[in-house]
Amino acid sequence: MNFDFTDDQQAIKRTARDFLADRLKPERRRELAEGGEYDQGLWREMAGLGWTGIHLSEDHGGLGLGAVELAILTEELGYALVPSPFLASVAASLVVAHAGSGEQRSRWLSRLASGEAIGTVGLVTDGAAPLVPDADRADVIVLLDGLSGMVVEAGAAEIEPQPTIDSTRRFARVRAAEGEPLAGDPLPALDRIEVALAAELVGIAQRAMEMAVAYAKEREQFGRPIGAYQAVSHRCAQMLLETESARSATLYAAWTADHEPESLSLAASMAKAYAADAGWRVTSSSLQVHGGIGFTWEHDLHFFLKRARTDGHLFGSPRSHRERVAELAGLGPLGLAAS
Amino acid sequence: MDLTLSPQEESFREELRAWLAINHPGKEPEGDEASFEFRRDWQRRLAADRWAGLSWPEQYGGRGATLVEQAIFNEELAAARAPSMANVLGLLMGGPVVIAHGTEEQKERYLGPILNADEIWCQGFSEPESGSDLASLKTRAVRSDGGWVVTGQKVWTTLAERAKWCMLVARTDPDAPKHQGITYFVMDMDQEAVQVRPLVQITGEPEFNELFLEEAFVPDENVVGGTGNGWGVAITTLMHERSGIAFALQVQLKVALGELIDLIREQGLEGDPIVRQRLGQLYIEAETLRLNAWRGLTQIMKTGMPGPEGSLPKWQWSDINQALTELSMDVRGLEAPRADSDWTYRFLRARANSIEGGTTEILKNIIAERVLGLPRMR
Ligand SMILES: Cc1cc2nc3c(=O)[nH]c(=O)nc-3n(C[C@H](O)[C@H](O)[C@H](O)COP(=O)(O)OP(=O)(O)OC[C@H]3O[C@@H](n4cnc5c(N)ncnc54)[C@H](O)[C@@H]3O)c2cc1C
Repeated sequence: MNFDFTDDQQAIKRTARDFLADRLKPERRRELAEGGEYDQGLWREMAGLGWTGIHLSEDHGGLGLGAVELAILTEELGYALVPSPFLASVAASLVVAHAGSGEQRSRWLSRLASGEAIGTVGLVTDGAAPLVPDADRADVIVLLDGLSGMVVEAGAAEIEPQPTIDSTRRFARVRAAEGEPLAGDPLPALDRIEVALAAELVGIAQRAMEMAVAYAKEREQFGRPIGAYQAVSHRCAQMLLETESARSATLYAAWTADHEPESLSLAASMAKAYAADAGWRVTSSSLQVHGGIGFTWEHDLHFFLKRARTDGHLFGSPRSHRERVAELAGLGPLGLAAS
Repeated sequence: MDLTLSPQEESFREELRAWLAINHPGKEPEGDEASFEFRRDWQRRLAADRWAGLSWPEQYGGRGATLVEQAIFNEELAAARAPSMANVLGLLMGGPVVIAHGTEEQKERYLGPILNADEIWCQGFSEPESGSDLASLKTRAVRSDGGWVVTGQKVWTTLAERAKWCMLVARTDPDAPKHQGITYFVMDMDQEAVQVRPLVQITGEPEFNELFLEEAFVPDENVVGGTGNGWGVAITTLMHERSGIAFALQVQLKVALGELIDLIREQGLEGDPIVRQRLGQLYIEAETLRLNAWRGLTQIMKTGMPGPEGSLPKWQWSDINQALTELSMDVRGLEAPRADSDWTYRFLRARANSIEGGTTEILKNIIAERVLGLPRMR
């Protein structure tokens, strides 16, 4: 029983932290976010490091690593708040890898692994997927409707950009009359997407907590640092509790994906529900610690807060994941129980 | 990252399960006296097969078990709903402190009777004027022939009515700075000068006591860790208390959650969306506590010591246990306020969780100052 990262896992974390700190300065992130743009050069470098295929098999040009490594990497992308189609594209390759036909896999996986193609996944309700990340630039869109799904090429879908509060990521509404059906059950992939999203939220929470703690040490009022007031310091302690708990839940869920898949659904819902709540609470609590400056456009905190809030709603809200936990933990399905 | 047990750990667990299958004592009887005797017998059975002081060195009746084995032990006992042992404070704090700071004679003298519950221990730290601010304690020990004469008052002393020994911290040098000049004693409770008066709790039960010390005598050989070093020794005690119980607590929570799910079904509320949300949330939090405890263990194995982050699980557990018992009340309707129900008892008892063993506010202070490096509050 050991939660310690292996040397390789540590190297992934360190490389990602250093690389992103070096290549994505806060001014650049702000410029991208304000323009609703992504950095093509950065994307090519990320792909060059193998990140876009970290979880895909070597046959398809991936690194052949697992959900744990993907979570470690995604946490760092959240920590650096990188504007990029990374998560959307990884989501698509997860679904194609787990549920795609042989033909779909050979057509898409190596292109997604190399970053040459971009993919995304949308959840359909009432005939359309209302909020799909990065659909406007995707080459391939996977639309999931309950337990069935289809692969749609960009040209075959109706794509309508949607404004959201998260300007570091682009969203669109997607509708497609037809596509090629998936061959298998998309649920295992969907669970892995939830875990990756939870990992991104952990990174965001970690960063927002660090910003709050640093500010609490430096900002003085009434002749002492505000961090000396318990109303502030206890907030920060709460941020630590929630960030670490979200990280524990996420790493565990990622580990089950690789080693104990029968526990994955429950673990993924626990991670996504907890990390979504923690992501929101930690970023909003960090804003409170910052006072007025935290409410300004000029301060970077709002980008983190908005991404956290938006992530929380994607691929199942905390409410729907808690519902699934209640069901799997022993209360049974809602419909049947409500007799 | 490898969240599986090693073959040795697996076989440890198998051995323990097999042992429990034969030796599990069944359900605890009602009534203070009967339940205490029952738990004393249970501890003796565990001690006879070297389970009671699992982590203690073999020469003192333990097994020198690893941290992971201790965690497995706590998980398995709680999962089997085995009763707790009678001499909890001796096992959790007294023994480990003697092992860490005691002399060879002290180890020989105290450890055996702690393990087989022949001598019960209590903890005399808190005083009427010194709770969270323990270092401000006023109980005084004055030099006398061959030992110390102790005068003062202790309060909230759990198990004092049954205890033979008291882990007592008292001021031996009134002129030294607050955290110095404190000494850690093992005081014999069996003397006229020690008066124990029961304090009835919110639950109606007298689980703890007041302790009046009127020139009680403690011989020199009962000082642990040296004169004036009591603060450091006491802190070790508290660290052991907080990190050691995390595993037992998280499994108790899981067991209680299972019972709560049954209760929700009995009440016909398993289709209530709000109840489902709250239960789902509790389940998630209990799981994160379990995972945090295991992550904390990985950390201790690397650094060798429970660090300040060891304060997280105790805080988190008290929040969850209080929320769990509140939900149990909410689903019981007019049954909820009945005094003769175990759920009601647990609900009231849970109020202490955020106070006993260090209040939640104090734990947050520790995390803010020692983990996050925020400035100290003055
Ligand atoms: C069931 C139970 C069993 C116990 N058993 C034992 C035992 O066996 N032996 C023993 O020695 N003690 C025992 N205790 C005592 C326990 O350790 C103390 O109650 C605890 O340390 C708090 O001290 P206090 O009660 O004096 O509260 P206080 O310290 O007076 O605290 C009152 C309130 O003020 C808050 N507060 C205090 N200082 C600060 C601060 N710096 N910052 C923010 N808030 C602060 C506290 O969090 C609390 O909310 C037991 C307590 C309980 C409830």
